[in-house]
Parts: sequence; structure tokens; C-alpha cells
Amino acid sequence: MSEIERLGVIIEIGDMPVRVNTTDLDFLKLLQDRYNGYVNTSEHADIELDVEIATPDVDDPQDEVRVRYDSGRWSLCRWDFRAEWEPVERRGWIQQTSNPYSIDAVLRIIHSLVLARQGGFLLHSASAIRNGKAFLFAGVSEAGKTTISRLAPPDARLLTDEISYVRGRGDGFVAFGTPFTGELAKVGENVSAPIAELYLLAKGSENRIDRLAPAEATRALLANVLFFAKDEELVRAVFHSAFEFVSRVPVSRLTFVPDDRVWELIG
Amino acid sequence: MSKLFVARNPRVAARSIDGEMMIMSGQDSTLFTLNRTATILWQSADGATPLEEIVEKKICTEFEVEPSSALADAEHLARELAGHQILQISETPIPQQSPLPGDKR
Repeated sequence: MSEIERLGVIIEIGDMPVRVNTTDLDFLKLLQDRYNGYVNTSEHADIELDVEIATPDVDDPQDEVRVRYDSGRWSLCRWDFRAEWEPVERRGWIQQTSNPYSIDAVLRIIHSLVLARQGGFLLHSASAIRNGKAFLFAGVSEAGKTTISRLAPPDARLLTDEISYVRGRGDGFVAFGTPFTGELAKVGENVSAPIAELYLLAKGSENRIDRLAPAEATRALLANVLFFAKDEELVRAVFHSAFEFVSRVPVSRLTFVPDDRVWELIG
Repeated sequence: MSKLFVARNPRVAARSIDGEMMIMSGQDSTLFTLNRTATILWQSADGATPLEEIVEKKICTEFEVEPSSALADAEHLARELAGHQILQISETPIPQQSPLPGDKR
């Protein structure tokens, strides 16, 4: 067994186990802490990522991530990392310094690329499970994702306060917990449930739910899907997944006063 | 005046929902919602039927409009949609292409 294999950790998000290999013990510990609750002890991984701890060799470093596909390989690049991902081989390589933010971004991008082909997507939304059903709360920054997450009652299991993991399954869609956090900085629980409703958040002077017409729901959903690649085939795949979602999951506007009574309407 | 032919760009994603046609650019993920006239144009844009015939048979029968002004409006609209890479326009018939074949991205 090689040194790299011995220092691997499997991080399983959304039923997709990813083995991250590193030769840096400190980085391995950082991964185990950062993804606590998502570390899988089995031997099987769908995806292998080798991490080289080094200052990334990035031409023209930019804040915005660049994701390109060429000759069977995706290139991912931001000021703080450089990565490659080979979808057929299901292998990738990351060059970054020892920090949790770069690997987090790479994992989000790779999950979004793989999910796109599997009828799923990442959504800019909080999500939680209540009474065995998952509820998604979408909106731009300041819309209330952190607020609704913070107000969740004890019987609600928070999946994420920032990025929801959505996958088509059977006749519906399922939401999974993610370690991708927002302002609340609280890792979601590693559980999943069928999605019962998607709410578009709006702060207001009363608590109310208004069902959206399908076209408006689709526009709102697409506006909140996180997709990083300028790639025609995968954009088309995500577009069609959004329509499938709206045809199977109710989408409503949730106007709410920021106190815990809003959860009386949910679940 | 030469004939104009219009064809749907196979590189965009299109779905109709609740009577609204939505189109997303595969290149930059821009989402377009077409109005009724643009939807008729999109649905009729087979690359083989001249725009004049689409206007006469599909648009003038749907709306009470005078054919010559309807054609001018439709031509303007077709060029606008072509500018957004939604339609292709040509003075000769346009062979219809299948969407790009998928690979294992």
C-alpha cells in the first residue's frame, strides 16, 4: 500500500463517497475535523482526489472560479487552488495550500458536475428535515436562510444553512445534508429525506405561504441553482432537471416575520 | 425582398411550462422567457419554412395583424433572437441539427 493510500480519507456527501488522498498528515487531520460527520470508514470510493499541498501555480489568479472542459478533462482554477478532474477515470488532482476552503470549493464543483449528469443539482438554499420530510429555503444573501435555520425548532434536523444537495430519486427528489456552511457555520446533519416543498424566502410583516405558478417557480429555482461550468451539455442537463423538480415538488413563497412562529407553518 | 429562413439553435435548452416557453443559453446560462409571438416563431422555426409563410400561416391567424407589418416585426424579432443565439437565420434553408451528442463529462 502506498503512502498516499494510507493517508486517504473518504468524505461521503449525497451518497457519493470521495476519497481524498494526501501525504500531509496535518492536512489529513484538518479534513477529518472539517468533514466530521461525513467521513466514511468503508473502503469504497466513487471518486479519488489526490491533493498536493503547495502554493498553487495559477496563471492570472482571480477571485471567481473558472471551470473549463477540454479533451476529457475538467480544469478548475481560482486564486487559491488549481485542480483537474477526469470524469471517465473518476480521478482528480488538487494543488492548494493546507486550508479547508480550497478543498471545499473543489468538492462543491465536482459534486455539481457529477450531479448534473445524474438529474440533481446544488441549490443556494438552507434545508431541514421535519417529520420525515425535507424542506428547502432558497434565496439570495440576506433573504433569510441563516435566520430560518437559526429559528428551527429542536425537532427539525438542519441539513445545511447555505447549499442544499438535491438528487432525483424515484418519482421525486431527495435532499441530503452537506458540510457546506454559510453564516451559521454549522455543519449540516448527514441525513436525507424526500423533499416535500421548496420555499422562496421573503421577509415580511406576517407569516404566509403562497404557492407559485410553475413558470415563476421554475425561474426562481433556476436563479438559485449553483452551477459553475460554462458547458452546454451540462447546462442543458441542469435546466431539464429544474423542470422535473418543479413538476414534482411544490414551490411556494414563504413570507415570514423573523421569529420562531414561522416554523408553525412548516412540516 | 429575399426570403428568410429560421431554425432553432440546437445548442440551447428549451422547455414549455404553463404556456410559457423558456430557453436557456448553454454557453452562459442566460434564461429567456419568450412571449407568445416569439414562442410561435420558435416552434415553427424548422429551417425549411420561409419566415413569410410562418407569419402568414401561424402569426396572422393567431393575431389580427396586417401581413406586411407582421412580417417586418417577425423579421426584427428573428434577428433579435438570433443575436441571443436562440435562433439561426439564413437566406437559404437551414439543415436541422440534432442536439450535440453527449459525452461523459
